[in-house]
Amino acid sequence: MSQQAWRAALAAHPAAIEALVVGASAGGVNALLAIFAGLQPGFGVPIVVVLHLPSKHRSSLAEVLGRRLGLPAKEADSGEQLQPGMIYFAAPGYHLSVEADRSLSFSREEPVYYSRPAIDFLFESAADVYGPALAGFLLTGANQDGAAGLAAIKQQGGFTVVQDPNEAHVPTMPMAALALQQPDVIAGLVEIRALLAELEATRTC
Amino acid sequence: MAPERTRDIELRLLIEAIYLKYNYDFRDYSGASLKRRVRHALVQLECQSISALQEKILYDAGAFMQLLQYLTIPVSEMFRDPDYFLALRQQVMPVLHTYPSLKIWIAGCSTGEEVYSMAILLKEEGLLERSIIYATDINPVSLERAERGIFAQDNMRAYTENYQAAGGRQALSDYYTAAYDGVIFDKSLRANVTFADHSLATDTVFAETHLVSCRNVLIYFNKPLQDRAFGLFHESLCHRGFLGLGGKESIDFSSYARSFETLCRPERIFRKL
Ligand SMILES: C[S@@+](CC[C@H](N)C(=O)[O-])C[C@H]1O[C@@H](n2cnc3c(N)ncnc32)[C@H](O)[C@@H]1O
Repeated sequence: MSQQAWRAALAAHPAAIEALVVGASAGGVNALLAIFAGLQPGFGVPIVVVLHLPSKHRSSLAEVLGRRLGLPAKEADSGEQLQPGMIYFAAPGYHLSVEADRSLSFSREEPVYYSRPAIDFLFESAADVYGPALAGFLLTGANQDGAAGLAAIKQQGGFTVVQDPNEAHVPTMPMAALALQQPDVIAGLVEIRALLAELEATRTC
Repeated sequence: MAPERTRDIELRLLIEAIYLKYNYDFRDYSGASLKRRVRHALVQLECQSISALQEKILYDAGAFMQLLQYLTIPVSEMFRDPDYFLALRQQVMPVLHTYPSLKIWIAGCSTGEEVYSMAILLKEEGLLERSIIYATDINPVSLERAERGIFAQDNMRAYTENYQAAGGRQALSDYYTAAYDGVIFDKSLRANVTFADHSLATDTVFAETHLVSCRNVLIYFNKPLQDRAFGLFHESLCHRGFLGLGGKESIDFSSYARSFETLCRPERIFRKL
């Protein structure tokens, strides 16, 4: 999608974005590093990320990514209130949801598409809470998790972005999302990075 | 009004109806998970809307029992989070050894995996004979399964790994035999176990205990309900009694934070002051 096209899509979105949720699987670490590279500390929305990882290990993902990006990032805690300017990562072994009061909650029910945390959990719960004020990005990945969640965001009037399957490290996840709905934007990581910077900046006006 | 807000209203009414009719109190559970569970139940119970489900369960106790299977999330594992059981083995059991008799409460025991794990641990530490275990839950179907002690053969490989990581002293297979529909755990493990229907949301304390293990239950509760549960544990525990929680649960931000000290932070084991 051209820069003009995604700019227009963003400008046409009827609500200011108040939160961003991101889902990624295989190849996700590099994809996240690429799209968050354009952010400055103090960015105007909370960002919540589900990245599939083998669930046995205690993860230091938030720490590592936060350090590499020079941005505040942390593993989500149960009951904590979402704050702008922070990137939250789902903990391995638990589903992560957003509650009506915009706090985070965990669940240990069955994995979805072998994944716990599942992107669908986060996306569907956040869609319920934020409606049109939510943006959802679905990036590279090797399974179908996140497709239903992204469709739920769209259905609640949110703004949806899918990584272009042609450039995705593994195209399965973006393709599953595209099979279910037409997102607002299909774009490469470089463009998504620019879009994120713009989305975050315009929301403070 | 957005359709989603209407569904929120229906969900609240359903939860209220369940409380009034069956006295199961889900009013202080976190909403996101409840909503998801109800969405699943709608499909399985073939209801068009949450309101239709409400009508169905009000007039059909069997349908309510089916719904309860969704709402309670009966998902468990043996030696789930092996580090927790290892910490119990290394740091808690030696202290429990100093008591002539022991009472242990496993709250929200679900289908029993945690109960058999605890019993095996106690047995290997030479404490099972002198222990009484109370295993409680609100789901009668889960309690029944827990009491039977039959688990799927397919899970045994993963449970064996967990058991070993938890410092297991034998082979897990020493504790079970093949049954026609899975594996059945040794009856002697549950000789001193009492399985009972008990709700952390509506019931009171029933015994003085030395150790309470309540894992992956409080994550579904809001703050006031968590506080209620902590109050029960505090009341039930003897002086210097132990409280073990799930990996994402903590007493730190509750009104009981000052009544407990932390024994092992990553494993979430606390001790009453
Ligand atoms: C996810 S399971 C946890 C099982 C086990 N403790 C573990 O960690 O593997 C949660 C259990 O909590 C039970 N539960 C839910 N609400 C409860 C309440 N108010 N009082 C007691 N148990 C409850 C459910 O029925 C379910 O069996």
